[in-house]
Amino acid sequence: MMDPSAYLLLSGILFGIGVAGVVVRKNVLIILMSVEIMLNAVNVAFIAVGSHLGDVTGSVFAFMVMTVAAAEAAVGLAILIAIFRLKETIDITELSVLKW
Amino acid sequence: MVDGILNYLWLVPALPLLGVIVNSVIALFVERPLLLAEEDHGAPSHGPSTRGTSAPMGEGHGASHAAPAYRKLVAFVGPAVVGASFVVSLLAVLALAARPAHDRLFVQVLFPWIQAGTFFAPAAFQLDPLSSVMILVVTGVGFLIHVYSVGYMSHEKAFARYFIYLNLFTFAMLLLVLGSNFLLMFVGWEGVGLCSYLLIGYWYEKKSAADAGKKAFIVNRVGDFGFLVAVFLIFWTFGTVEYTEVFGKIPGLAASGVLTTGIATAITLLLFVGAVGKSAQIPLYVWLPDAMEGPTPVSALIHAATMVTAGVYMVARTNALYLLAPTSMAVVAVVGAATALFSATIGITQNDIKRVLAYSTVSQLGYMFLACGVGAFTAGIFHLMTHAFFKALLFLGSGSVIHALSGEQDMRKMGSLRKHLPITFTTMFIATLAISGIPGLSGFFSKDEILWKSFSSGHGHVGLWLVGTAAAGITAFYMFRLVFLTFFGDSRMEPEVEKHVHESPYSMTVPLMLLAVLSVAGGWIGIPHVLGGYNYFEEWLAPVFAHGAEGAAHGGAHASAALEVLLMAGSVGVALCGIGLAWYLYRVRTEVPKEIADRVPGLYDLVLNKYYVDEIYDVAIVRKIVNGSIWLWEAFDTAFLDGIVNGIAALVKGAGERTRRLQTGVVGNYAFSLLLGAVILVGFLLWS
Amino acid sequence: MEPILFIVFGAIAVGGAIMVVTRRHPMSSALFLILTLFAVAALFVLRQAHFLAAIQVIVYAGAVVVLFIFVIMLINVPENKLPLERLTGFRFLGIMVAGLFILEAALVARRFATPGTPTADSGSVEAVGRALFTDYLLAFEVTSVLLLAAVIGAIALAKKRI
Repeated sequence: MMDPSAYLLLSGILFGIGVAGVVVRKNVLIILMSVEIMLNAVNVAFIAVGSHLGDVTGSVFAFMVMTVAAAEAAVGLAILIAIFRLKETIDITELSVLKW
Repeated sequence: MVDGILNYLWLVPALPLLGVIVNSVIALFVERPLLLAEEDHGAPSHGPSTRGTSAPMGEGHGASHAAPAYRKLVAFVGPAVVGASFVVSLLAVLALAARPAHDRLFVQVLFPWIQAGTFFAPAAFQLDPLSSVMILVVTGVGFLIHVYSVGYMSHEKAFARYFIYLNLFTFAMLLLVLGSNFLLMFVGWEGVGLCSYLLIGYWYEKKSAADAGKKAFIVNRVGDFGFLVAVFLIFWTFGTVEYTEVFGKIPGLAASGVLTTGIATAITLLLFVGAVGKSAQIPLYVWLPDAMEGPTPVSALIHAATMVTAGVYMVARTNALYLLAPTSMAVVAVVGAATALFSATIGITQNDIKRVLAYSTVSQLGYMFLACGVGAFTAGIFHLMTHAFFKALLFLGSGSVIHALSGEQDMRKMGSLRKHLPITFTTMFIATLAISGIPGLSGFFSKDEILWKSFSSGHGHVGLWLVGTAAAGITAFYMFRLVFLTFFGDSRMEPEVEKHVHESPYSMTVPLMLLAVLSVAGGWIGIPHVLGGYNYFEEWLAPVFAHGAEGAAHGGAHASAALEVLLMAGSVGVALCGIGLAWYLYRVRTEVPKEIADRVPGLYDLVLNKYYVDEIYDVAIVRKIVNGSIWLWEAFDTAFLDGIVNGIAALVKGAGERTRRLQTGVVGNYAFSLLLGAVILVGFLLWS
Repeated sequence: MEPILFIVFGAIAVGGAIMVVTRRHPMSSALFLILTLFAVAALFVLRQAHFLAAIQVIVYAGAVVVLFIFVIMLINVPENKLPLERLTGFRFLGIMVAGLFILEAALVARRFATPGTPTADSGSVEAVGRALFTDYLLAFEVTSVLLLAAVIGAIALAKKRI
């Protein structure tokens, strides 16, 4: 069995791509998807290390992360729909009423 | 058993304080609402300086004036507490006198007052021969003036307020003379200064009165600064501010070299700065003539009889220190003599009856300092006492005149009043004789003792004697000028005023008569040995001034008795010359004074305008301070200090203006900050 | 065998992720997201985490992404109304920093270059189920509360009249 460093590297790359998506994109839907990628990247790290150590905790945590991801997607998309009804846009730069 | 009364010493200052409280309650809850209501109803204002000008003064104004009940209460409480205080003082002093001479010192500690590190100052009262003289003068004369005030101020609206101040003054003055340490004396010192300010500005609606109050307060502040520094220096040198401890430590510290002549000189000179301010000596005398803006009884009590003598009391109290500092003694003597002569000359030309008396007061205070300066502290305190009698009488008499003339103070508009005001005339004439030094009256004994000591004492000098004698002659001249202008000759009164001229009510004349008795007899307790008398007063005060004053005062006493009598005769002669000159100029050839004034207009104007001292101070000090203050205000405060404060505010504002743009409201930017933070954190962890 | 499969599926996952992030239209992104998720599920299988792999396919691909696609179709933003995205300085900086983050992750990953150890059962349905219902029972139950809250929240937010 491979040592976990390659998986961790993959996890980092996926996370980085997700982060870049969150920071760079304007489309709220794509940002939410990028967040899903980030969460998945974390799961990869959990599973890799968990199997490396022969510990089931890695799987349990990944399971929890997945639950959170599902909940987050559901609520996030609901908010998105509410905002879209209100402002007719999915451009996140236009949702800037929080400033000053 | 007799001694027991001393345990009630605290009552002496406490009783006037009780009066303050009672009168304050009345003033706050009865008088003030009444006055405010009157103001609201637009009642005809009597103005600040009425003193009854608008009220018809002809017949029995006391009766026509339906006094509200609270005024009667105030009129009772105000004098009564001081009278009671006088009774307690008298009993206490008698109890003290029953003790043997060396044991005449009683200290009553009430409670520890300030305790900080090695510093300890209790609230304690000290009764010894010196303070006993002072409390008797303060409460005795104070009581008479309180009674007089009831009549004099009967037309004033703010009746209770006046008696608050007067009682508070009595309390503070008693604190000053009874306090057993320098700090308590300082509290009293400031207290009387405050009351003086309040009473000078009693008619605060009149600008000149308000200004005079401020002037008195500010000029006194200069002196108080010196006093305070002196107290610090005393604590630094002696480690205590209690009189008994300080004076007890003097011989030891002087022997061990801690208390050098230099330190003693510094302390005494600084104390003298305080005395100069409070007792109106050159160069800080300028406030006292202006203080005549206050009601006349106030001038009598505060600015003649008691408060202004606080400086003399303080110098006499610290005599042990002064005797260690010959330089200070010389300064005190020279300043005193110079003030005596200088202000006497101003007194010649003044036309305002109260101003003549004010300059006379300054001059007489100069005598007291002259006495202290030549080591004759007993004589100084003796003169303080007799002066309190006759000067209070003179002021009250002048107040009676002013009262009779509906507020007129200019002597040129008086004359021939002796027919209208017989009691006032008689009593004032007695006081004038006393201040002029006519043998047999109180002023003669005290003044002559000062002159004799200034000549014969080890600290004395023939020059000081000459100045003193000259001032005595001038004093006799201007006092008789006052009497002649006011009571003799033809009437120069305004016809309107003349109709209302009347003798004052009994509440005013009785104090005058009592003070007249004291002015005559007050000196008999200190008749010099050479005249076959026995100087009880000197013996009484001897324990206080025993630290070496004896030697100093009698250092030159080998001079013969014949010489003393000769000098006495000389000074009486000078006084008689002054009286004669006044009689000649103001009774026989009344046109001459004007001719003299026209002959030397420069000199006359110089003296009439008080040597332009106020103007010089204005240019030399006041203007500079005002300009400096304006500069500080505009350049330093507004531009610099406010600039710093506003600059910091502007900086923060500007920084905020710029940094608030960081908060874009765009989520991507926040996420980027988060990412950047994470990257930096991880980078830091990896690198370290 | 494992390294080859790892490289294949890893490359698919990374490529898919890049496509997700770079597509203009969200529908394309969603489809590429499914690709990535499947690749990750395969990686789970490689690490013997069979249970997680199944969940990944069912929950993610089958539920979450479907939810995304539903929403995309529901709001149905026309092509010309999609936000206009150009490469600004800030965007470039963001990509650079993200790249820096990947570099750092690589450095961290290198520290785990320890040789493989004998594996115990860490990902089977039985092992995960036993752990969930014994040691992590409380957390598991709390998860249900979280999901309930999310359900209620989603309904409340997406209702027509809030």
